[in-house]
Formats: sequence, structure tokens, C-alpha cells
Amino acid sequence: MGKGALPQQIVPLLILFTAGILGLFVARYFLVPKSFGEYGHYRADAVDEIAASEVSFAGYKACLDCHEDIYDLKQASNHKGLACEVCHGPCAKHVNAPDEFTPPAPRTRDFCILCHGYNLSRPSGFPQIIPELHNPGKVCMTCHNPHNPLLPHPPEDCSACHREIASRKMVSHHATLACIDCHIVPPDHWKDPQTIRAWKPTNREVCGKCHAEDAESPKEIPRIDLNTHGKPYLCWDCHYPHSPEAK
Amino acid sequence: MDDQKTQMERREFLNTCARKLPEFIMLFAVVGGAEILSAQEEQKYDPSGHNYAMGIDIHKCIGCGRCADACKKENKVPIEPRYFRTWVERYIIPSAGETIVDSPDGGIDGFPEPDKGMDILRTFFVPKLCNHCASPPCVQVCPVGATFISRDGVVLVDEKYCVGCRYCIQACPYGARYLHPVKKVADKCTFCYHRITKGLRPACVEVCPTQARVFGEAGEQSSPLRRFLRFNDVTVLKPSLNTSPKVYYANADGEVR
Amino acid sequence: METVILAVIEKLPGVTGYIYPNEYELHWGLLIVLYPYLTGLVAGAFILASLERVFNVKALMPVYRLSLLTALSFLIVAPLPLLAHLGHPERAFEMFLTPHTQSAMAMFGFVYAWYLMVVLLLEIWFDYRANIVTWSKEKKGLIKYIYKILSLGATDISEPAVRFDGKIGKIITIIGIPSAFLLHGYVGFIFGSVKANPWWSSVLIPIVFLFSAIVSGMAMMLLVYMVTTMFRWKQTNMKCVNKLAEFLLYAIIVDFSLELLDFIHRLYESEESINILSEMISNRLFISLIISQIVLGTLIPVISLVMGRFGRFPDEMRRMLYLVAGVLIQVGIFSTRWNIVIGGQLFSKSLRGLTVYKLELMGVEGVFMTMLLLLLPFLALLILTKILPPWNESETDIVLPLKT
Repeated sequence: MGKGALPQQIVPLLILFTAGILGLFVARYFLVPKSFGEYGHYRADAVDEIAASEVSFAGYKACLDCHEDIYDLKQASNHKGLACEVCHGPCAKHVNAPDEFTPPAPRTRDFCILCHGYNLSRPSGFPQIIPELHNPGKVCMTCHNPHNPLLPHPPEDCSACHREIASRKMVSHHATLACIDCHIVPPDHWKDPQTIRAWKPTNREVCGKCHAEDAESPKEIPRIDLNTHGKPYLCWDCHYPHSPEAK
Repeated sequence: MDDQKTQMERREFLNTCARKLPEFIMLFAVVGGAEILSAQEEQKYDPSGHNYAMGIDIHKCIGCGRCADACKKENKVPIEPRYFRTWVERYIIPSAGETIVDSPDGGIDGFPEPDKGMDILRTFFVPKLCNHCASPPCVQVCPVGATFISRDGVVLVDEKYCVGCRYCIQACPYGARYLHPVKKVADKCTFCYHRITKGLRPACVEVCPTQARVFGEAGEQSSPLRRFLRFNDVTVLKPSLNTSPKVYYANADGEVR
Repeated sequence: METVILAVIEKLPGVTGYIYPNEYELHWGLLIVLYPYLTGLVAGAFILASLERVFNVKALMPVYRLSLLTALSFLIVAPLPLLAHLGHPERAFEMFLTPHTQSAMAMFGFVYAWYLMVVLLLEIWFDYRANIVTWSKEKKGLIKYIYKILSLGATDISEPAVRFDGKIGKIITIIGIPSAFLLHGYVGFIFGSVKANPWWSSVLIPIVFLFSAIVSGMAMMLLVYMVTTMFRWKQTNMKCVNKLAEFLLYAIIVDFSLELLDFIHRLYESEESINILSEMISNRLFISLIISQIVLGTLIPVISLVMGRFGRFPDEMRRMLYLVAGVLIQVGIFSTRWNIVIGGQLFSKSLRGLTVYKLELMGVEGVFMTMLLLLLPFLALLILTKILPPWNESETDIVLPLKT
């Protein structure tokens, strides 16, 4: 290598590389959006663009302003947790121009069945009906006011809300047992189930009524010695009462 | 006499007042206007005062699919059955055998009956959505900075900047992202950002009939989420991946993935 | 409110078990399988060239320049499948303007640019410069001006200048070896760093990618050299191909050992994902993994190479064995890329189900497009060998890169 001056090969290369890198910075200045990097490695304007999207669901407050009577009725009923727009669909258009857009109101059975049709996976205690058995073909609204769905009389059967338990019990050894044979149910339990609770058995003697050695019950019922069988546990610590796993 | 002097002074004073009156009016207008404007500025949404998160109570979900339906309507998600910003899964744990999970069309039209005769031990519904992780792996891998976590804790996608490389979709452990079939950019749940910045709740939270979904602040402000976090034993999805998800599940079974 | 239909919801075709609803569509398809295959060939061809230049394996001299040109041909075609795959290719420049430094994909753009500009182009330029200057003086017509431009005005071909070329070239090659490792190791890292995907997330993936790249590159050079020699009616330098085959054999053994290690490690640790991954291998990847990658792509080529290199056969037979090995290795390495890229998306992240990849014939992600993209590098190589002939029997006498 010659001393002092740069070798002839390096000069054009240096020029090219410097031009390239400078070009990149020039391109950056012109092409990168101005708001990029303001709050982080992103285009700050994007946040405002996203926030400016159109709203379709108006929210419960919007309905309250004009439909206070229906709202109050609903809030005193079992459907108080149900937003208006679950059934009536997105209502923002209606709020902005009430006379031009009328939100639909579902009047078919299929819609109510979406929530209330029996499905084993729903949580216990949620009111469910079996569509084929519960007034088949009849529109739900004929008997139930959607804004106050509870009927003035108690349901015929515990299975109205406890369908899952009823389904299991119905195909088990306890099929002929009524719910109230073991549970003491206050008459107003159906009106406010979470507060006015039914009583669940707390001692072995409840099961012993049928299953103790000296119980007065049909001969086919299996007997155990109430004092020794499965101590120290209670009966339902091992046996599921609604579908006892007896072989 | 004083009367005349006083009268002159009074007249001069009134004249001066009259002359200066327009100036006073303008001054009051400007100051008053400024005060009104600044009051309006105060009402303008300030992202740095928020850190959004969601809570979901598995024991309350009835699997009606209204959340998935409302989300598609609110956010104009493509209707074809393969793109979801939020969906509902059903878990069926039989007495013997493998857990069965299904999500027919995301749960939008509810769920069919499980097979008859199966001896089912436990079964429940799990709503899923983008977890808006505090350490989002999707943001980490975006090559251009099109997806980011906003100052109020919401992971968003800039659809004008996204190149559609789909790396973020690969990096999400929860399957929350998809490629928008028309716009050809990545898309996902935004916590209904356009709603929450106006004081509304996300559409899925708004329509949930049993209030299984709770939305609020992860920080110290009082909000429904704060109570949810106080009174429930919460878990998150895939905690071993250390993504710090901000969707908290109460009463979630160990089988939930 | 629309009527809700509580009818039978049709099952998605091809799906077994449960997948997240958004997972039905595979996002990285054939084009993304092609891309690591192409960059792998680049790295492999370059490593072969560096064996001669830096480690003085003289027997590989005939393929030195050819390897560099092959590497360049594949490197310039490599971004095309990526561009074609993007949802918005017109925004691709954003990766260079606002790269997210935490993203492996963004930083790879700069690794690629570094490798192209600083390593490959410079090395080729320094190696050919003396020839280019001579050709720019001797040739006639349009090509004369192309050479003039290519010389970049550095027309000094005196002894010291040419010696300088050689010295710089060697330095670049030394820098180039870790750069080549970085080039394809980075592609492996793009997959290996995705913690959400248990098939990809592994420390071994960048290393496996690298060694399979070396295998595919060397095998490709074996094929390219033998085929081009055949088309030019010249005699194949048997010392060269034997040496090549030897190195190829070492590389395959290392590569296969690494893949075996990954397999044994997974099976032994038996983490949560092992069940769905086993199911995926037996139900979805059986042909591409067991048949194509292992049997066709590794076992048979190893036998072929061992026989060709160490067996007592006439040269024509050896060359045939090498040819078979070279072709099968390409099939095998392509299958490896397929199994990693497609395989990683065939199972659900819920670890409960599998989906299918629907291969298209037409369209940007189709088979025809892939075949075109596979042909393009060879077209590029053809053009490059016309402009910068790598053959030893060139008209000018400057044949060997000068030693320092």
C-alpha cells in the first residue's frame, strides 16, 4: 500500500458508501411521517385516527334519556343487567336521528333461546328452559315481558333455573326424589335467589332418612352403617347427591 | 361650587368609562373566552391518566355469544367465519378422556348440545380476546413500528403503516390477531379504543347480559375492575411466557389454554 | 336483529381438534418457505468460497469465483418472495426508514444490506477488478462501457495495486465468514425467538438453519459446477469435486447430528407441547419429514456421497453419485424449510388441534410463482457468468486471485 494517499480503489468506494448512507438519511427526512416517534416507536397520529372511528352501540345512558320508564321497569326486574342494545342492536344511529332509524326488536323465540335455551355449560342457577318442552312454537313475549320477564307466580319446577341439576338427577338413581325432599326452599326463593337462599343438608341424618340401616324406606335402597361408613366425611364429600355414583 | 365640579368630574369619568368600555368588553371576552376554552381543554381526553385492563368471570359467562356479535358490529370486523377480535370457547371436561374444546363460529350463534351420553365432569365457557399485554411480544417483533402500546395501555395497530408481514400474528401466543382480508394489514381487538376515549365501555362489556366482562383501570383509581381484582382469585393465560397480560380471569379452570 | 340459526355449524374442513378461530388461515406459506432456502444457499456458497480463500483449500480453486457469483445470484433474488408476500409491498421501505430495533425482522434488513454491499459485492469487485480493467480496455461494444462503469474509475492494475486487491479481498472474506453465519443464523433467529410457538422457539434453530444452509449451499455448488462444466464441454476437475463432496459430507453429519439432538431433547424433556407436536409429525408432516427430509434428503445422499468419495468407482460413476446426492440434498433442505415454516403453523397454539395448509397452484403464493422464483437465480447466474466469467480458461491470463 502506498503511504500517505488513499489507494485508488478505496476512493470511489468511500464516495459510494457515503452517498448511500447520506441518501438514507435524506430519505428519512422526507418519507418518515412527521408524528412518528412522538410518544414511542410509532406514528402518534395513528392513535387519534383510531379514536375517531364511528361508534355503533350508544351505551345504556343514551337510552335512559328518552326511555326512562322502560329503563326503570327493567332495572327493577331480573333483566336489570341486560343492556338495551343486547336485544335491540346498535342504537347510535337512532340516538342521533330518532325518527329516521328505528332499532329492531326481536320477537322470535330463537333470540331468547340464545341465552335461555338449555345448555349444560351454562352456570348453575341461570334460568334455562328446554325449547322443545316449554310451550313449543309459542313466542316468548306472549307470557314474558322482556323488560320485566318474571311471571307473577313461581315456576312450576326447580328445573326452571336448575336445569342442569334436574337433567343429571332425572337419569340417576335419585330420579324419583323431589328437590324438596332434601332441600328446604323458602316460598320467595324464586323472587331473589341470591339473597333468599334454599337450605342445603348439613348432616348425615338427611341421607340417613333413606340409607341408614334402620331407615323406613323401600328395600331396594342401599343401606350403610351411618355411624361408621365414610367417617369423618359427610355423605356428599364423596357421593354427588344429584347423580350418586353407585354401581 | 362643588356641584358643578363634581358634575364635571362625574361627566368626565362617565365619558372615560364609555370610551374605555369597548376595551373592557374585549378584555372580559378574551379572558372569559380563554377560561372557557381551557375548561374545554381540561375535558379533552388525556391518555397518560389511564391504564386499561379487563376482567372476565368464568362463573358468570353463559356462552350466549352476544359479545362476539356486538364486537363484529361495532368494529366492522369481516363477517366471514374466520376473523374474530373476541370469541367464546366452550370447555367440556369428561370424566374420562381428553378435554374437548370448541368454538363454532367463535360462539356468535351460541353453542350446540354436546354429544349425548358423554359423562361430563365440568363444562364452562371462556371468552377470549387480545390480552393487551404489558410486555407484548407482538409489539416486540413488529419491524416497522406499526403496532404499539399506547400511553393508556392499549395495544393498537396503525393500519396506514402496517406492511402486512404477519410477524405479529405469529408472535401472539393467544391467537388474538388476524390479517384483515381486505385491508391486508394486521388487525385485532382495540378495547374499542374509539369508545373508551369517549367515556363509553367496550362493546363486548356493554352487551354482556351477566356482566361476566368487567372493564376498567389497572392502576389505582377506583373502577369496577379494581373491585374485581380485589375480590377474585385471578389468573392470566400462559403466564410462563411472561407477557404480563392485562385480561384477568376469575374462576378459570386449569384446562384453559 | 337477524334470525339466529341454531342449526348444525359446519366443521372447518381439514381441522382436527380445536384451533383458535383466527388460526385457520396459515400466514407464512410457500413464499416464506422459499426465502430461507434461498438465503441458505447464499451462506453455503459463500462458506465454500471462503474455504479456499481463507483456509487455503487449494483443491477448491475452480469453484471459488463460481461460488461468489452463485451467492450473489441467490442473494439478489432472495428479497423477492418476501416482497411478494407482504400485504403492502409498497410500504416495505419503512423497514429501512423506521426500523424497530427490537424486531429481528427489521434488523435482518440491515444484516442483508451489510452482507450484500460490504461483503459480497465488495469481495467480487476486488477479486475481479484487475480483470474488469483489462476487459474494459480490450473488449468492444456495449460491454466495454459496462466494464468501464464497473471499474468505478479505479484503473490502476500495477503490481502493488493488485496485491492490495488481494489483501483487502482476504480481509473481506474473513469478515464475510461471520457475516454469512449472521445472515442465515438471523433468519433462524427470526423463527427461534418466537416464544409463542413451541415448534420454533428453540436455541438450536439458528444453528440448525446455519448448518443446513451450509449443506444446501455446498451441494448446490457441486451441482452448479458439474452442470456448467458439462455444458461448456470441459473436463470436471475431479480433485475439486472430491474435496467438495468431502466437505459436504462433514457438513451433513454435523447438520444431522444437530437435528437429531433437537429431536432427542424434545422427546426427553417431554414438555406440554410434545403431544400435539407428535401428532403433527405423524399426521401432517410424515411425508415431508420422514420420507423427504430424512430418508431422501439425508440418508440416501450420505450413502451416495460416501460411495462416491471413498468407493472404488470410475469417475463417471462418482460424478453420477455426486449428482444424485446434490439433487436429493436440495429436496431435503427444501423439505427442512417446509417442515419448520409450515409445520410451525399446522398446530394450534392452544396445543389442542391441527389444521391444514392449502397449497395453491396459481396466484402469488402458488406453486408456479415459486418455480419461477427458483429459476430466476439461475438466470441471474447465467447473466453474471457472461459479464464476469469465472472460468479458468478466460481470454485474459489473470486467473488466480493473487496471494498477499
